Amino acid sequence: MSDSNREAVLGSLRRALGRDAPVDEDTAAKLRARMTGHARNIVPARTALDDAGLVELFETMAQKVHATVAHVASMDDVPGAVGEYLRGENLPSEIVMAPDATLDAAPWSDNSLLEIRRGAPVESDQVSVTSAPAAVAETGTLAMYSGPDHPATLNFIPETHVVVLPAGRVVKSYEDVWDSIRAQASDPESGRGGQLPRTVNFVTGPSRSGDIEQTLLLGAHGPRRLHIVIVDGE
Amino acid sequence: MSGSTTRNFKSNAARELANDTLRAALTKSKGHFTEGRSTAAENLPEFEALRDQSRDIKNHTIEHLDFYLEAYEEKVRESGGHVHWARTAEDARQIVLEICRSVDAKAVNKGKSMISEECEINEMLEANGIRAVETDLGEYIIQLRGEKPSHIIAPAVHLTKGQVEESFRANHTHLDPDRVLEEPPTLLDEARTILRKKYFEAEVGMTGANLLIAETGSSVIVTNEGNGDLSQLIPKVHIVLASVEKIVPTLEDAATILRVLARSATGQEFSSYTTLSTGPKREGDTDGPEQYHVILLDNGRTDMIGTEFQEMLRCIRCGACMNHCPVYQSVGGHAYGWVYPGPMGSVLSPGLLGVDEAGHLPNASTFCGRCEEVCPVRIPLPKMMRNWREQEFEKHLSPGAARAGLGLWAFMAKRPKLYQLVTGVQMRLLARLGRAQGRVSSLPLARGWTKYRELPAPEGRTFQSRWKSGERPL
Ligand code: SF4
Repeated sequence: MSDSNREAVLGSLRRALGRDAPVDEDTAAKLRARMTGHARNIVPARTALDDAGLVELFETMAQKVHATVAHVASMDDVPGAVGEYLRGENLPSEIVMAPDATLDAAPWSDNSLLEIRRGAPVESDQVSVTSAPAAVAETGTLAMYSGPDHPATLNFIPETHVVVLPAGRVVKSYEDVWDSIRAQASDPESGRGGQLPRTVNFVTGPSRSGDIEQTLLLGAHGPRRLHIVIVDGE
Repeated sequence: MSGSTTRNFKSNAARELANDTLRAALTKSKGHFTEGRSTAAENLPEFEALRDQSRDIKNHTIEHLDFYLEAYEEKVRESGGHVHWARTAEDARQIVLEICRSVDAKAVNKGKSMISEECEINEMLEANGIRAVETDLGEYIIQLRGEKPSHIIAPAVHLTKGQVEESFRANHTHLDPDRVLEEPPTLLDEARTILRKKYFEAEVGMTGANLLIAETGSSVIVTNEGNGDLSQLIPKVHIVLASVEKIVPTLEDAATILRVLARSATGQEFSSYTTLSTGPKREGDTDGPEQYHVILLDNGRTDMIGTEFQEMLRCIRCGACMNHCPVYQSVGGHAYGWVYPGPMGSVLSPGLLGVDEAGHLPNASTFCGRCEEVCPVRIPLPKMMRNWREQEFEKHLSPGAARAGLGLWAFMAKRPKLYQLVTGVQMRLLARLGRAQGRVSSLPLARGWTKYRELPAPEGRTFQSRWKSGERPL
C-alpha cells in the first residue's frame, strides 16, 4: 500500500505544481544548496550583547516564565547550591542525576546530605539534576540533547528539574544551537555518526497548562519547578 | 467523511448562541489570547518582518513540496526511522492500526494532534480494542466528556471549571466523592496523578508535528504541558502523524516559524517545550522509543495546490484567526461542525471535505478582516472565504439545475437562502455582542465590511444600511 500511496501523493503534487516529473537538475541543485547552506533568516537584535549581557538576558527571560535562577562561582559550589535549593523548597534530598561529564566535575560526595543515583529516572523519582549543553538568551531557553549521558526523560518525569548551566554556554539564538548540534553530529569523536541527537529539547520554564478557563497552572505533566544554577566561572 | 456536521452551521450556531455556559467560558478566554498576542508582537520589533519571512518560507516549500518531501523521507530513513504515505484518512488509520498490531498494543498515548482528530484515529483504535489515551489536559477533559475539541490549540476552551469538575467526579469514581475539587489547581493535580500512571502503560505513543525538517529528517512538537514529550519518550513505539505541508527546508527556517508560532498562538515568547525528534533511540541511550514512524498525510491537501486555495497550506495552526474572530468568539468552535473551526476552518474544511459538505462555513464571517491582520503567515482568509462562496454559488447554478428546467428560479431561490443564512447568523451575533459586551464598535464594520461586502441583498436594503438606521433584529 505504502509505495503506491507514495507515488500517488507525489504524482498529484507534481501535477498540481504543473510538472509531470521531479524538479530539473538545476533546480534540485539550488534546493540542495539552500538545504545545506545553513543561511540564517532574521535573528532578533535583542541579543546583540556582550557575554555578561547575554547571561543577564537569559536569566531575565527564564524568570519571566517562572524558572528560578541561582548563581555559583564554580563547579565546586554546585552540590551545596543544589542541596540548599532542595531544603529551601522542602523537597526530598534523593536525586536522579544525568551521568554526564559536566556534572562529574562537581564534588558531590562532599555533600553527604544528597542521595544520588545516576541514569534515567523511574516513575517515583521526585528530583532530577542535569546540565545543559547550551542556553538561548533570546527567550530564556535551555537546550538539551539526549544521549547515554543525558536521558531525555530526566527533563520530564520528576516534579523538580535542576539544571546546571556553565555561564559560558549561554548563546544568543536558536541558530547558534543549530550550529553546535551540526558540528557535534559531524565530529567523529562525538559518536553521533552525522546524526542529530535523537531528542533535542528546548525547555523554557516549567511545564504549564491554560486548559482550564485559561488559568495559568504550573506543572501540568512535566516539572512543576525548573531551577537553573548558573556557574559563573565556567 | 463521518462526524462532520458542517452542513448544519446555522442550527449549530443558533444552539450555541443560546448556551449560556459556553458564553461564560468564551467570555473568560476572550481577552487572554488577543492581549497576549499583541504584547508579544510589541515586544519583538522584528515580528512583522518575521511574519513576511515565514510566509515566504512556506510558499517556497509548497512550490517544491515534492522535492522537500523526498529529501525529508531520505533523512528519516538514514536516521533509522520509517516513513509511510497516506493518501486518505482511511490509509492513515490502516497504517496506525498495522503498527499498533505489530507490537500487540493495548494502549496508545496521544499528544494533542488535530490531524489525529481529522483522521478519527481514536474511534478506529477503540473499534479495534485498543485504548486511546489523550494526555493533553484539554484533550483529556473532552475525551472524558465524549466531545470534540472546540479550538485547535485550546481544545476545552468552551468549558467552565464547573463542567470539568463534573466530568472528573463522574469518571474518577475510585476517588473520594467528598474531595474538594473546585479550583483549577486541584483539577490539574487530579488529572496529573491519573495520567502519570498511564504514561508507563502504553506500548505506542502518538504525536502530531508542528514542523517536519527536510534537512535533518526531524519532527518538531511545540507544547506547554510536556505531555507530548512523555507520550513520545516512554512507549517503545513513537508514531508521528503529520500532514505533508508541515515540511520546512532547514533548521533555520524552523527557527523563524517558531518565533512567530507561540507569539501568535498564546502570546508566549516561546512555548515551554519545543522538541525535535530524529529517528529512534540510539545505541547506548537508556530511554526513548525503539521504533520511530512518520505517517505523511495528504487527505485532500495536494488538491488545493495550484488552486486559489493554495495559500491555505501555509497555515501553522496557531489559532490566532479564531481568537480574533467575532463569529468564533460568539458561537464557539463546535458550531463549525468539524475539526477545524474559525476562519482557518472556514477555508480549510471546504477544501478537505468538499464544497457540498462544508460550503456553508465561509458564510460564517463578518468579513471584518481581523483574521488576516493577525495571521502569522499572512493568509488572505477573507478573500479565500469569498472564493468559496463564489464556488458554492456557482455550483448551485450548475448545469444540472439548469437542465432540470429550474434556471433562473433556482438562482433566485438559492440566493435569499444564502443571504438569510449569512444575515441570520450575523445579526444575531451583532445583537448579542452589542447587548452582552457593548463592543459592536470593535467590529470594524465600516472598513472591513465595505472592503469585502459582496452579499446579495434581495430584500432591497443592505445589512449595513439597516444597521445604521438603528434596526436591531432579535
Ligand atoms: S490561518 Fe493563520 S492565524 Fe489561522 S491558524 Fe492558520 S496560521 Fe494561524
